[in-house]
Amino acid sequence: MNRRNFIKNSMLFAGSLVAIPSLIVSKKAYAAWPKKSFDIKDLTESVSSVYGHSNLEESSKVKLKAPEIAENGAIVPINVSTTLDNVESIMIFVENNPQPLSSGYKLTSLSEPSIGTRLKMGKTSNVMAAVKSGDKVYTSTQEVKVTIGGCGG
Amino acid sequence: MSTIKMRSKESNGVVTVKALIKHPMETGQRKDKKTGDLIPAHYIQEVHSKANGKDVITIYWGPAVSKNPYLTFKYKGNKGDNLEISWVDNQGNRDSKTSTVK
Repeated sequence: MNRRNFIKNSMLFAGSLVAIPSLIVSKKAYAAWPKKSFDIKDLTESVSSVYGHSNLEESSKVKLKAPEIAENGAIVPINVSTTLDNVESIMIFVENNPQPLSSGYKLTSLSEPSIGTRLKMGKTSNVMAAVKSGDKVYTSTQEVKVTIGGCGG
Repeated sequence: MSTIKMRSKESNGVVTVKALIKHPMETGQRKDKKTGDLIPAHYIQEVHSKANGKDVITIYWGPAVSKNPYLTFKYKGNKGDNLEISWVDNQGNRDSKTSTVK
């Protein structure tokens, strides 16, 4: 790091310190968005912060559809569905991403437990779909090999 | 122009909804190649969907969701339902769109 960049970065850092109080205020508007869970960098901690525990149970009733090899880590199609009843939520965790929790889907009595989206993956990783049904959390995990990471430019 | 493109189709009492949202989904971890500065995080945090005014699904997204996100979900509904999708991002921008289920 040269001197110019160092000064620039330290100014950026100082600027972000000033910005924090205003951020906290504006974040309150979206209190429901679980910021803490999305910030956590460890899979187990991430799981406990979402569910309050980390007692997961592998289940063949959770169907995770993901490619075995993703050529482009910027667009990895993920589909999750389940035959379980009373599904409250579906969460998708990507173990080796900077923050494992990628997205969460809160269902209602109207919804069918079947969702799909496209995720960014930095590198080859296990992808875990977690389905909360009643008091239990059921999961299905699959490894997705990434040839080109999705976090670079 | 709405940022949301959506399509919904009913079959045997289940409506399949597919939506594409135009959004940069910037993680806040990428650097501008020319200046080396971090590009500020800019991503959708919440997506809501309602059918005839009733909540269908609430979605929380983090920065790991792809640029111009794609979304699909299913709900128990009928042809002619008034389906609304709305989103809000971490910078407070929002958009919504309503369409009729086919």
